[in-house]
Amino acid sequence: MYRGKNITELRDLIDNQGVSPEEIFKSVVEDCNKYQDEYNSFVTIIDKFKMKARKDTLITGIPYALKDNFSTANILTTSSSNILKDYIPVYDATVYKKLKNAGGVLVGKTVLDELAMGGTGTTGHTGVVKNPWDKTRMIGGSSAGSASSVALGLVPFAIGSDTGDSIRKPASLGGVVGFKPTYGRISRYGLFAFASSLDHVGCLTRNVKDAAIVTDIIKGQDEADMTSLKDDLKNYVDTLENDIKGRKLFYIKEVCDKELYKDSNDEVLMKVLDDFYKTLDKLREEGFIIEEVSIDKNLLEAIYPSYMSISCAEATSNNANLTGIQFGPRPEGVDSYQELMMKARTEGFSELIKRRFILGSFILQKENQEKLFLNACRVRRLIVDKINDLFKTYDGMILPASGGIAPKFSDDSEKLSDRYLILENHLAIGNFGGFPSITLPFTMVNDMPVGINLTGRVCEDDVVLNMANYIEKVTGLKDIYSKVGEE
Amino acid sequence: MKYKVVIGLEVHCELETKSKNFSPALNTFSNIPNENVATVDLGLPGILPVVNEEAVRRALLTAMALNCTNPDEVMFDRKNYFYPDLPKGYQITQVTKPMGRNGYLDVLVNGKLKRVYIHQLHLEEDTASLEHRNTYSLIDYNRSGIPLMEIVTEPCMESADEAVRFLEELRDVFIFLGVSEARSNKGQMRCDVNISLMEEGSDKLGTKVEMKNINAFNSVREAIEYEIKRQSELLDKGEKIVQETRRIAEDGKTYAMREKVDAVDYKYFVEPNIPPVPLSDEYLKSLKDSLPELKLERYNKYIEKYGLSEYDASVLSANKETSDYFEEVLSYGSDVELSVNFVTTSILSTVKKLEVDIKDLFITPKMLSGVIDLVHKGDMSLDHGKKLLYKAIEEETDPVEIVKRENLHQINDEGELLTLISGLMDENPEQVRQYVEDDNKAIINFFIGQTMKKSNRQANPNKSLEIIKQELEKRKNNA
Repeated sequence: MYRGKNITELRDLIDNQGVSPEEIFKSVVEDCNKYQDEYNSFVTIIDKFKMKARKDTLITGIPYALKDNFSTANILTTSSSNILKDYIPVYDATVYKKLKNAGGVLVGKTVLDELAMGGTGTTGHTGVVKNPWDKTRMIGGSSAGSASSVALGLVPFAIGSDTGDSIRKPASLGGVVGFKPTYGRISRYGLFAFASSLDHVGCLTRNVKDAAIVTDIIKGQDEADMTSLKDDLKNYVDTLENDIKGRKLFYIKEVCDKELYKDSNDEVLMKVLDDFYKTLDKLREEGFIIEEVSIDKNLLEAIYPSYMSISCAEATSNNANLTGIQFGPRPEGVDSYQELMMKARTEGFSELIKRRFILGSFILQKENQEKLFLNACRVRRLIVDKINDLFKTYDGMILPASGGIAPKFSDDSEKLSDRYLILENHLAIGNFGGFPSITLPFTMVNDMPVGINLTGRVCEDDVVLNMANYIEKVTGLKDIYSKVGEE
Repeated sequence: MKYKVVIGLEVHCELETKSKNFSPALNTFSNIPNENVATVDLGLPGILPVVNEEAVRRALLTAMALNCTNPDEVMFDRKNYFYPDLPKGYQITQVTKPMGRNGYLDVLVNGKLKRVYIHQLHLEEDTASLEHRNTYSLIDYNRSGIPLMEIVTEPCMESADEAVRFLEELRDVFIFLGVSEARSNKGQMRCDVNISLMEEGSDKLGTKVEMKNINAFNSVREAIEYEIKRQSELLDKGEKIVQETRRIAEDGKTYAMREKVDAVDYKYFVEPNIPPVPLSDEYLKSLKDSLPELKLERYNKYIEKYGLSEYDASVLSANKETSDYFEEVLSYGSDVELSVNFVTTSILSTVKKLEVDIKDLFITPKMLSGVIDLVHKGDMSLDHGKKLLYKAIEEETDPVEIVKRENLHQINDEGELLTLISGLMDENPEQVRQYVEDDNKAIINFFIGQTMKKSNRQANPNKSLEIIKQELEKRKNNA
């Protein structure tokens, strides 16, 4: 009954039409259950209405979903991994606490790629998450269930985490808005760490304004997170309509020049790029100045391997607490602590995760650190320096978020080929530099959505949202969702 | 064969702070397991460390006191390894930029000055403690996350004496700085000993043997002495020393624990959850200015400034509490000589007898200074002053209050003393006769005793003596 309604619409129902938050909650939970078997957005669907607003906010009484790697006291939190399949936390993540205090109503914990590592939405311990626009296709990950629950129109917003592109890639493939603000803008306390120096908290919504509303609620300095930034005392909703005339954007030739792909026979990609340039033209008409820049291809090609090095290294260490000793399944019939830990981890992690941990451990070994880890850190610095240098001239970087529509489950991973190495992995730049970065739908190709990405200067979250709001006006793809199953 | 002994120490010391190093849980000793535990100490998913500023300050201060160079910024690293007492699977420590590097501590060993070089001092967190039972083990997370300072010396000590003296002096540094209680019986100070033997005259270092987690200094001595003997005997026989970790048992012998095949790779990397904080010159200067006087400085001050004997100076600077007590007495303007006398005799003997800490003694420095003033002004004899002190301790009453209450001021008035003494002589004609006729000088002491008795020990003894002598002579001449 409330499917597809955004925050402002639900707000109006509650404030002016006499609809109670509990009524909405019940209806939403019913819908969540209805689509659960088919799309598998959730690990847990909440069955009891709970609202504890400390003050009236724009999200008071509004239902939302939370990725299952945020600590929620007394609510199962699995990180979609077998090793945490029965883990019930004793404390609340700061983000969850803020949403609770603002009166947000949690309806479910969403499926992710196991431990947030992966970009397909296929590796969670409770099964594959399907794309609401076409269930033979992936939604992408790792915030897969968060993206699909918003793309299905079940909830107006969902919280996700983004270490390489984990909010912005599934947002692109699911036709929703995905925003991760500046590193430190939102507290990471209570987010199960994947790679601490790259991990961001963010949100998925169906329009830019809702992203601003949610971010206004969950941002802020947190004394439990030393990397959290001082409050910027801004209200992002207030500046959404600011004039953007004269704002300068750049796109990178080495990412999206059509010449690079002309013999690929990839019609979808060519259509995506055509539409991208058409969108740029429309944006120019609105007053944006958009220019092409060129960046050393070698540097851009190093993004993916560097990202893998740094993230796997940090992940190995961050997940070393999962041993079955303090919590998690305790294996029976073992004779030593070594055996206990080994068995718990062997049984608790999928092969994919083990591969990443072994990689991370290898990368951190004394004899490999300099070459594999520290060099990756240097590449990261070089890329960030280059982008910051461009940000002296430009207000933002605009690129297609992906080179195509959501892949089919049956696709062989052609996207991993060298041709797509830069195109499919440039979103990690936002994590390398902690830049605010947003993806929003800009075109439909073969009835599937594709996202455009805008990344801005550190601490200019307001400017990024302001510019994204204009992009949304130009694309006309505001508040879209998959109406599958609707009568 | 003669061997040169080479010893290096790694000393761990728990810092005294309100909360733990990276969590809000209390940092206090508790016998109740898992009482002082926060989510951070359990390594629960999603937790983040928050640095305890006071722990950082104390570690930097200690590094300064040990003449180390401080870093330009405070940052931490992760040491990764799996063990049941390490809930996060990594320990937050310092490798890249420790709190101090290249320092030293001068130590008196059998009357000779020995400079022990400090390789580095760093701040890290303690692990949980394990209790092993027959078929299972228990984990107590009270200790998990307690701020721990590690001090690594260069391999520069050559005997058990040097090692133990260094540990004693180091403990004094901790205590004088007030950064730790450093009690080895509570495991607040513990050390690893690395020891190797090389042939006299050779420049080739021998094979290193490590002994871990020794609490008592005595055990350090035993372990070193035992190892020197064991290794010498092996080398004499032409056998090889195995590079290994050994443990010290209650019998004072060491036993092999595990062979060290390859050093463990801890895969250190910079802790990403703690942004580096630059150390400003102002901050470091304010720290330096706040450095309290350490033992050696106090010892020298007592001799040079107050003119104390070496013996008294060493007694009064032996530990921080005594020294602080003494200095507080002086701070009230008390006479130095009397202060030394009272503290080194009455106060220290009482502390010993009652087995209390000097700071818990009923007599505060302020009270003592009141007594000293009375003696100094001549209102009371030294002897009487000391007796008064014991009475005050017994009654738990301020001595000055007792003096007021019992009107115990010394009788200095000569007229009053004369009346008392001549009265006594009138009462004891036989004793006066013995002096006058038999010239028995011992009679003087008899009258001193009587005077003190009669006056309730309030008579000024020197003045009484003079008057007794005068009165007896007068009676002799008049006879």
